[in-house]
Amino acid sequence: MDSSPHDHGADGTGGAPPAAHRSEVTLSVNGKPHTLLIDHRRVLLDLLREDLDLTGAKKGCDHGQCGACTVLVDGRRVNSCLQLAVSLDGREVLTVEGLADGDRLHPLQRAFLDRDAFQCGYCTPGQLCSAVGVLAEAAAGHPSHVTGPAAPPGRPVALDAAEIRERLSGNLCRCGAYPHIVEAVRDVAP
Amino acid sequence: MKPFGYLRAATVEEAARALAEHPDARCLGGGTNLVDLMKLGVERPGLLVEVNRLPLDTVEELPDGSLRVGATVRNSDLAAHPLVRDRYPALSQALLAGASGQLRNAATTGGNLLQRTRCPYFQDVSKPCNKRTPGSGCGARVGTHRDHAVLGHSDHCIATHPSDMAVALAALDARVELHGTEGARSVPAAEFHRLPGDHPERDTEIRPGELVTGVVLPAATASLPSAYRKARDRASYAFALASVAAVLNLSDEGTVARVGLAFGALAHRPWRATRAEEALRGGPATPDAFAHAVDLELRAARPLRDNGYKVELARGLALDVLTRLAGPTRT
Repeated sequence: MDSSPHDHGADGTGGAPPAAHRSEVTLSVNGKPHTLLIDHRRVLLDLLREDLDLTGAKKGCDHGQCGACTVLVDGRRVNSCLQLAVSLDGREVLTVEGLADGDRLHPLQRAFLDRDAFQCGYCTPGQLCSAVGVLAEAAAGHPSHVTGPAAPPGRPVALDAAEIRERLSGNLCRCGAYPHIVEAVRDVAP
Repeated sequence: MKPFGYLRAATVEEAARALAEHPDARCLGGGTNLVDLMKLGVERPGLLVEVNRLPLDTVEELPDGSLRVGATVRNSDLAAHPLVRDRYPALSQALLAGASGQLRNAATTGGNLLQRTRCPYFQDVSKPCNKRTPGSGCGARVGTHRDHAVLGHSDHCIATHPSDMAVALAALDARVELHGTEGARSVPAAEFHRLPGDHPERDTEIRPGELVTGVVLPAATASLPSAYRKARDRASYAFALASVAAVLNLSDEGTVARVGLAFGALAHRPWRATRAEEALRGGPATPDAFAHAVDLELRAARPLRDNGYKVELARGLALDVLTRLAGPTRT
């Protein structure tokens, strides 16, 4: 981009001309606050990997099609490759690095190990963050494409294998570890 | 990606003003399609107007029983909303049949309506495309067009609109609310998207400087029978090859009292099957009547070299959905 200094004033927070190409953003990542001057073009995935050295979230397709970059923003799973960092002012980001409590693994991480739910491991951080989101969504009563019409709105949805497969369809695994991934999530689902 | 300015709009008026003053501005909601198109170089905005912080993130029942859905309500939240699941099952089903859990968590109601076609020629800046670059030609017409339109296409464009949600909104007689510097207006959801004609670069009836502020679903106090069914290449997370949304209410005598029928993935916009509806209204709700009406509608189809299968596929989906909706109340 143009590197002349007068192009780089913060904007978007009122006052400055909208012609500027960078803005100051404050966001929390795994509980730690960061205030950064961000190029508007920066997506969350690149911010995490390049600027914060959190390389757990992976760049697979970079177009929202593979799910390898999945993280949680304000507790909801999203594709970090499609989230402009500048749009996340005030948000809380949770990445795979933030799932464990010190040396105590998240139950899903433990289950992935116990079930051997990966081969190469490239999609695993995205699968884990996505599965964290799936558990929360099902607990909050969010239906899926395979949830029966009789399921009462607002009540938790039981996660059988069909539900887990449907809800994790946004996470591709080129090694084909799906059967073990489904088993691992089932182990943790209530 | 080209550098761009960024504005966090605090009010709808501020957003509309920014859009009016900057013809190269785009609204940013969930960004799930826009950011991707910016990476591909298809969209090159000079300014992004973020609408996520506008007070448009609620679903509310209006005094007349209709349901107003704010433009920034996320697809996942709309699909899960108890009133939507109870009264507009076709809408919930359509949303859940689209995209992935991650994308539905980010994608907004307004953004879903304004998403662009997934035609591979539109998304590849090295290829001709009249929608992306008017006058450059249509690569799909003689190229790969298995997923393209069979209804309402023009010499200039054979793209389809990719939304599932919009198909349900069309069948449900929803209206799209717009706000611009000239004030607010609303248009029927079934007429919000355009046919390509001579101007495929225009997807919708939205005017320069306008933004989508919401969608209003007409009152449906009892659980109005409606359903959405989608055929795709894999069981989940794929765009429709054909889809159907239908609303069907029968009279006490078992005749068709109210019907709304719309097809997805067949045209440049959700295809409201008005001919089929006219043929059905007041008549019997039988498989023969459904077949006659759907055939009447699909007679207008003009398949391309490689997508004739869509007509038969859409026919089968429509007959299945209508028969199912008529079934439980009638033998």
